Amino acid sequence: MTALRIYVPGDAAAVACGADEVAAAVTATAAKRGLEIEIIRNGSRGMHWLEPMLEVVTGNGRIAYGPVELGDVASVLDAMVAGGGDHKLRVGVPEDHPFMKRQTRLTFARCGVVDPRSLEDYKAHDGYKGLAKALANPAGIVEEVTQSGLRGRGGAGFPTGIKWKTVADTKADQKYIVCNADEGDSGTFADRMIMEGDPFVLIEGMTIAGIAVGATKGFVYIRSEYPHAIAVMNDAVEIAQRARMLGKKVAGSDFEFYLEVREGAGAYVCGEETSLLESLEGKRGIVRAKPPLPAHKGLFGKPTVINNVLSLATVPIIMDQGAAFYKNFGVGRSRGTMPIQLAGNLNYGGLFETPFGITLGELVNDIGGGCFTGRPVKAVQVGGPLGAYFPPSLFDTPFDYEAFAKRDGLIGHAGIVVFDDTVDMAKQARFAMEFCAIESCGKCTPCRIGSTRGVETVDKIVAGIEPEKNLEVLADLCNTMKFGSLCALGGFTPYPVVSAMTHFRDDFKPAPHRQAAE
Amino acid sequence: MPRYEPWSAERTAQIIREHQGIEGPLLPILQALQEEFGYIDGAAEPLIAEELNISRAEVHGVITFYHDFRREPAGRHVLKLCRAEACQAAGGDALVAHAESRLGVALGNTTADGRVTVEPVYCLGLCSVSPSAMIDGRIVARLDAKKLDALLAEADR
Repeated sequence: MTALRIYVPGDAAAVACGADEVAAAVTATAAKRGLEIEIIRNGSRGMHWLEPMLEVVTGNGRIAYGPVELGDVASVLDAMVAGGGDHKLRVGVPEDHPFMKRQTRLTFARCGVVDPRSLEDYKAHDGYKGLAKALANPAGIVEEVTQSGLRGRGGAGFPTGIKWKTVADTKADQKYIVCNADEGDSGTFADRMIMEGDPFVLIEGMTIAGIAVGATKGFVYIRSEYPHAIAVMNDAVEIAQRARMLGKKVAGSDFEFYLEVREGAGAYVCGEETSLLESLEGKRGIVRAKPPLPAHKGLFGKPTVINNVLSLATVPIIMDQGAAFYKNFGVGRSRGTMPIQLAGNLNYGGLFETPFGITLGELVNDIGGGCFTGRPVKAVQVGGPLGAYFPPSLFDTPFDYEAFAKRDGLIGHAGIVVFDDTVDMAKQARFAMEFCAIESCGKCTPCRIGSTRGVETVDKIVAGIEPEKNLEVLADLCNTMKFGSLCALGGFTPYPVVSAMTHFRDDFKPAPHRQAAE
Repeated sequence: MPRYEPWSAERTAQIIREHQGIEGPLLPILQALQEEFGYIDGAAEPLIAEELNISRAEVHGVITFYHDFRREPAGRHVLKLCRAEACQAAGGDALVAHAESRLGVALGNTTADGRVTVEPVYCLGLCSVSPSAMIDGRIVARLDAKKLDALLAEADR
């Protein structure tokens, strides 16, 4: 009899919900029964309310169960042995779940499906097909990526192909590919998921970038808050190196590409590209003034492509399927798909990859299922701590870079954090300023001083000290920070603050008034 | 929970040498030192500066810039509670208040008996299963006061 193949996610979200303990219990229970099993620690499919979600391989495909707690292990194992039989936690075929069926998974096609530490599994699921195409026509890579319409998924939305062309056109003895995996925005976890669930796609994307621009060395800078992602990426780099998919002759070609994983040290500002480069060089993560662009003078002063994890991880499918295929998805100037992260007070939180154009309301209500507290949604922060708060009256906003900008918001790294009606928006505005003060690198005055003055001003407003005058001061301060800061930390902190003031003005009334009004 | 070696100049010098060949060695050196000793002793600063041919001020500046680096040992257990928005939306503030009152110290401090250091962390990337925390390097999600108490009790065993 062949061993029963059981998938137990090793994704951090699943592990944080007890997946390691469940995996150990499955092993122990099977051993006690003399049952031969093989456990594969896959990534997460992204239906996080079902984590830990276990899957068993049956004659009818993989059948999932979740959320599995320790007490459920014995009975779930019974159902698995019965060939994916009934159980109160039975989810069925994961791909058939409505949450999955509504998605278009391009970047996340393999996440949760494959064994992240198996290069064979990666290749069996279309892995390294993009590299093969890239090697067949290295001179055409930059044009293909440009034509796909791919824009930087880190938040800025700058066209990836144009960035690559700048580096390709710059002459130098050494160039670098740097992957920004300093995913510090609250409400975002797509980078972490792809690194933990499908690390080879990032390695492949970086390798293609290296070939395209003539860079022989790459760094993945991962934040220290992601120990699982760091472990998987390190293992994957080693595996790829042993298989000669990295190194002196990539996949038997004449191209050389080496990759190294580096760990951050808990500074949010290092998600800003120039600050990240400083950090990689071993310095304080102080933001650099631009120009020069990193594409001209980046890491160690050399031309550098610095891209977000998702941008790089999307390159292989663009190379494999072609620019036209990718570009076909999306709306306006937002082409392709976006892995959207549904977080906070939601019934169905997780990873939802979809073409641009879906509305915010569909995401929050139809897909996310509203607040798990059962209360009405009051505000939704889109794009991390530097993103605007949207009220339900703006839920018709389509998920698109330009549409969000038009409504004084941003999609950023596509994290959506949902709050119910108990949230105090003055408090959230204060937190935005406080966070900026904690994380400011200190180089420019509007960010360094403005954030602290911002906290004080919100406090005055809420305390009823000349509230009208101080609201004006706060608006003016936001204006100064927005236009006077060197980078997005100080420059975008006004988004949550101003949106809170605009859409939730009542929350800024002095506390006694608010109590009286209730 | 991790057990650390007492600080030693010899071991420090050895760790610095092990990282000499790589590009941008300072952060990896500091991380390795903290991994070994649990903190970065002030006496390590001139040793690193000398070996990397940079000023002591530069080394000190880097250590103090990053939230991760400790200049003195932490308590026996380190509890990091996420304070970012997705956790706030799911009851994170109440959880922090509970932890502070139970431990008798505010975030960023160590209990008087040296048992627990409790710190804020801004996002562990577990925003769909919030509120979350990290205790002695182990991540935990869907927390509430009861679960947190159990974790703290468990850490002590």
